[in-house]
Amino acid sequence: MMSKMIFGRYIPGNSLIHHMDPRAKLLLSFYFIGIIFIANNWPTYVLLFAFTLLAIKLSGVKWSFFINGVKPLIWLILFTVVLQILFSASGGQVYFQWGIITISQFGLVNGVYIFCRFVLIIFMSTLLTLTTPPLELSDAIEYLLMPLKVVHFPVYEVALMLSIALRFVPTLMDETEKIMNAQRARGVDFGEGNIFQQMRAIVPLLIPLFVSSFNRAEDLATAMEARGYQGGEGRSKYRILKWHGRDTWATVTFAVLTVALVYLRA
Amino acid sequence: MAITFKQVEFTYQPGTPFETKALTDINVTIPDGSYTALIGHTGSGKSTLLQHLDALLKPTSGTVTIGDRVITPTTSNKDLKRLRQHVGIVFQFPESQLFEETVAKDIAFGPQNFGASEADALKLAAKMLTLVGLDADLLQRSPFDLSGGQMRRVAIAGVLAMQPKVLVLDEPTAGLDPQGRLEMMDMFARLRHEQQLTIVLVTHQMDDVANYANNVIVMDHGRVVKTGTPQAIFKDPQWLAEHHLGLPKTTAFAQQLIARGMTFDEMPLTEDQLAAALVKQLPTSVLGGGDHDE
Repeated sequence: MMSKMIFGRYIPGNSLIHHMDPRAKLLLSFYFIGIIFIANNWPTYVLLFAFTLLAIKLSGVKWSFFINGVKPLIWLILFTVVLQILFSASGGQVYFQWGIITISQFGLVNGVYIFCRFVLIIFMSTLLTLTTPPLELSDAIEYLLMPLKVVHFPVYEVALMLSIALRFVPTLMDETEKIMNAQRARGVDFGEGNIFQQMRAIVPLLIPLFVSSFNRAEDLATAMEARGYQGGEGRSKYRILKWHGRDTWATVTFAVLTVALVYLRA
Repeated sequence: MAITFKQVEFTYQPGTPFETKALTDINVTIPDGSYTALIGHTGSGKSTLLQHLDALLKPTSGTVTIGDRVITPTTSNKDLKRLRQHVGIVFQFPESQLFEETVAKDIAFGPQNFGASEADALKLAAKMLTLVGLDADLLQRSPFDLSGGQMRRVAIAGVLAMQPKVLVLDEPTAGLDPQGRLEMMDMFARLRHEQQLTIVLVTHQMDDVANYANNVIVMDHGRVVKTGTPQAIFKDPQWLAEHHLGLPKTTAFAQQLIARGMTFDEMPLTEDQLAAALVKQLPTSVLGGGDHDE
């Protein structure tokens, strides 16, 4: 069990957010990422943060999950922020200058904005994955991809691939854990020694994982054919997505948020 | 090498909504040189306990003493290698751990990790392959070309090649044919005598417990509910049924005889014991008949 992996994990719950239609959640999450770019001053960022924190509060999921969602990306974020601070065009007061490197008031403020954007996007997408079962998410994606059928995009196949991939993430994790244990018992030290020793330690893990994945794929294909699977065209659904009043209200809330952002921006 | 658990508790993913307590207040000793069977129905905590035998998991509280090493919740992950050399674990379906190009290299992988030279390890590999009953011709073959049963034996040879003092077996015969099962269980018993091994066997096969073990640990809901000799454990069929465990075939048969009015001084566990007990009770006139041809 790999307890550190927060990304892509569903936390069961009974909140308003959990009960929303996955299509609404998916579309609104993407929409949110879009409107983050409207924000360009402190009031707008404060509003966005207040909105996000309220949504998190509504979901009833513990704060620590969101903090943990940011952790794996923190170096990437800091790297971007530092680039922004060091190399953005100078404006306002200049604190430090050396060659092409300039630290200015403008750059610092921009750096903080970038940091806020990252955190907002991660919080919102973490909220989406934590409150939506993966299979519902893939149903939503299938529904939203439907229009692409006119250009002969294989929507059903892609949706099936997605469902299978999501379904087997936990299985693969268990398998990894099992094989790691077996190889540790045979004297492999994972995560120790220099980079070359660590790379060598991965081989006894990766090869058995590949082998078992291929075997499993073959078994799954056989099992599906044995049960009469012949492609997705015309199949009825076990899980049927329903748009409720709360989804409409959520959309209206986002519209109000957008208007407020446009009003408040500099 | 004895292994002792003292007030061991273990919780998976503490502090998350997925928190599950797997072991509660475990106090048990696996004596040096014993053949200990670990039984209990699915989800009783057997596999979690097993991973503590090799410090693959560390207790959430309490201590595990393995030989002269004491493992506590704060034991560092470094320097566990020496310990792991002495405890070999054959996991369920061990064939899934094979990865090398040739059988010889795969068996030699363990000893080399513990500091053996390549030449020594390969020599050891050849020896181990014959020990598990496979032909030396297979040494240069790819492990992925072998049959399922052969792969299983190669994986077991890979664990034996580490020359452990304690051998832990997690359902080693699952999925094998009856002949293969018998051969494998006999092989473990033989190895134990030849190399003075301590064996820990996790199994659902009560026949194997009756035939091979001399010490039994019964687990239920993450607790050790009973320890003792197979004799003591299988004495009480009612209690076993309450814990979702069965009887060895022979004992079940003896129970039916008891229901029909026979009595046994000691509950027979193996076929030989049952046969001896029955012979003792036959009227002498039948025995006087002489040779049996069947």
